[in-house]
Amino acid sequence: MAAPLRRVSAPPPEPPAPITPGPIRYLLDLLRPRPALRKWLMAGPVGLWLLLFQGVPLVLILVMSFASRTGTGAIKYDFTVDNYVRFAEPLYLSILVKSIAVALGVTLIALLVGYPLAYFIATQPPEKRTLWLFLVIVPFWTSMLIRTYGWIFLLRGNGLINNVLMGLGLTDQPLNLLHTQGAAMLGLVYMLLPFMVLPIYTSVEKLDGSLIRAAYDLGARPVRTFFSVVMPLTMPGVAAGSVLVMIPSIGLFYVADLLGGAKTVLIGNLIQNQFRQANDWPFGSAVSVILAALTMVLIFLYVRSGGKEEDLL
Amino acid sequence: MSKKRFVAAILLSVLALASLVGCSGSKNQLKLFSWDSYYPEEVLKAFEEEFDAKIVYDKYPSNEDAIAKLRAGGGQYDIVVPSTYAVQMMIKEGLLQPIDLAKIPNIKNIEPEFMNQKHDPGNKYSAPYMWGTYGIAYNAKYVKKAPEKWADLLNPEYKGRIVAVDDGREVMGIGLQALGYSRNVTDPAKLKEAQEWLKPLMPNIKAWDSDNPKAMLISGDAWLGLIWNGDGALAMNENPDIRYVLPKDGGGLWMDSFVVPKGAPNLELAHKFIDFMLRPEIGAKAGVAYPYGMANAEAKKLLPEKVRNNAASYPPKESLKKAEYVEDLGDAAALFDKAFTELKAGK
Repeated sequence: MAAPLRRVSAPPPEPPAPITPGPIRYLLDLLRPRPALRKWLMAGPVGLWLLLFQGVPLVLILVMSFASRTGTGAIKYDFTVDNYVRFAEPLYLSILVKSIAVALGVTLIALLVGYPLAYFIATQPPEKRTLWLFLVIVPFWTSMLIRTYGWIFLLRGNGLINNVLMGLGLTDQPLNLLHTQGAAMLGLVYMLLPFMVLPIYTSVEKLDGSLIRAAYDLGARPVRTFFSVVMPLTMPGVAAGSVLVMIPSIGLFYVADLLGGAKTVLIGNLIQNQFRQANDWPFGSAVSVILAALTMVLIFLYVRSGGKEEDLL
Repeated sequence: MSKKRFVAAILLSVLALASLVGCSGSKNQLKLFSWDSYYPEEVLKAFEEEFDAKIVYDKYPSNEDAIAKLRAGGGQYDIVVPSTYAVQMMIKEGLLQPIDLAKIPNIKNIEPEFMNQKHDPGNKYSAPYMWGTYGIAYNAKYVKKAPEKWADLLNPEYKGRIVAVDDGREVMGIGLQALGYSRNVTDPAKLKEAQEWLKPLMPNIKAWDSDNPKAMLISGDAWLGLIWNGDGALAMNENPDIRYVLPKDGGGLWMDSFVVPKGAPNLELAHKFIDFMLRPEIGAKAGVAYPYGMANAEAKKLLPEKVRNNAASYPPKESLKKAEYVEDLGDAAALFDKAFTELKAGK
C-alpha cells in the first residue's frame, strides 16, 4: 500500500500558517517538555478563581452555620448545632415542603410547555432551527430582575393586560393578576423555560428518525409511537431539563417577592431575610447549607438514575 | 524581544498599581456611608469647596447592611447615618467612637425633643439629622372613613387592598400597640397575643413591599399603605387623594443620626461635616429636597410653608403622643422575626 502512494507526486504539504508567537504561545511552547506544569498553568487560573470565589465562601457559610448570634446580631464562633435543630421546627419544615411543592409545580408546567416547543424546534429545517433557538435565548441578554419588573408592568391593575381586557370590554374592573401565587409561578416558569427547552431540544435532535418510521411500519399509532419510542429516547433531556429548572426555582426569592408580593415565604426568602433583616447570619447559613445539600441529593438521584452530568452543563 | 516585552509588562503593572494608590488619600477626604437620596448634590459640593475636601459617598439600603459592613471593618468610614436602634446596637458592639459636642456648636439648633433619647443618652455618640414616622397612608377615593386606630385596618372591605413594608418589627408593633402594649416588649406571651391579633389583617395585605410601596398607592392598586412617612409624602405629591395619618393608639417613630465609627481616618473633618449639616440654611436645603422631618428646629423655620405643612413630613404634634421608636431588643429580635415569618406562612 505504501509504494503506490509514494508514486503519486502529491505537492508537499503546505506549512501551517505561522501563528504570531504571542507571549502566551511562547510560554506554552517553553513548557512543552513539562506537561504537568503546563496543565497546572492552563487550569490553574480558573481553579484558583473557583477556589477563592466559590470554595472559600462555601466553607465560610459552612463554618458560620455552626456559629451563633449575639444579642446585637454579631457572630459568635462557638460550635453549636442549634441552627440545624431550629430548622427542624414545624414552621421551617412547612416552608421547605411548600418550596419543594412550588418548585415541582414550576417544573411540571415548564415541562408541559417546554417539551412541545423543543420538539417543534428540533423538527424544523436546520436553518430555521437556529432562528428559533436564538429566540429562546434572546431574553437572557436582559437581566432577570429587569424582566421581572417587565412582568409587573404587564400584570398590575392599570397594566397592559388589564387595559387591553377593559378596552375590549371583556372585564369592567381590573383583574387582580399581580401579587398572586399564580403570578409568582408564571414568573418562575417564564424565567426558567429555556433551561427546560434546550436539553430537550438536544435529545430530540439526536433522535433517529428511522426509529419513528419503524414504529409506524410496525403499526403503532402516533400516540403509541410517542410514548413507546420518542418519550423514552428523549428522557435524558427531560431529566436534565427538570433538574435545571427545579434547582433554581427553589432559590429565586425575588420573583416570589416582586410578583407574589412576598406573601408566601419560600426557602429562598427565608435565607434572604436572615441576612438582610433578621440579622441572623448563622441561621441563614444553616438553611443555605441544607438547601445546598438538598440540591446535591437531587443531582445524585439524577446521576444514579442514569443521567449524565454533562447534560446539565 | 521577550526581554523587552518583559520589561514593558513590569513597567505597565507598576504604573497600574501606582494609579490605584494615587486614587486614595490625595487630599482631605471624607468617607460618608449613608442612605441613598439623603443629601442634595449642591450641599455636598458646598462642603467640598468650603473645606477643600473630597467626599466619597457609599450607600447602604438598610441599617442591617450598614452594621454588617462596619463590623467587617468600619475604620474606612468617617460618618455613618444609622437609625436609633442601629445606633444602639453599634454602641453596644463598640463600633462607634464618642463625638466631641464642643466641636459641633450647631448642635444647639436641634429641637430638644430629639436630643438625649433612649438610644444614646446625653448624645455621646450621635447627632440627629432627620426623623419620621410609620403610619397609615390611604386613598380617600376608596377609603371613605379615615382610619383612626390600628383596628380599623381589619375591616374586611379592605381585602387584598393594603400594601405594607416588609418589616417584622413594624408589623408586630401594630398588633402590640393595638393591644395597648409598647412595640418594644420582649415578653413572648405578649408577642403571641399580638400575632393572634394580626392574623385577620393578613387577608387584607395585597403585597409586602419595602422598596417602592408608594407605587401601588399612587396607581390605586392598593387603597391603604402601612408605610414610612417619606413614601407617604411622595405619594401625596403624586396623587391628591392620598392622605397620611398616625393612628390614635400608636404609630412608629424613626430618626437617623450622624455617628463616627471607631478608627475613622479623618476625625477632624467628620466633626466639621456634622456641624456643617446642622447649619440652618444647609439643613433647610435638605429638608426641601427630601420629604422627611428635620430634627433641626432652626432649619425647619426656613422651610417653605408648603413643606412645613405636609402632614406626612410633619404630622401634628398631638398625633405623635403614642408614637414610639424601634429599640434594639437584643435576643428578643429573633422572637419578632419568628412571629412575623409564622404570620406570613399562615400560622
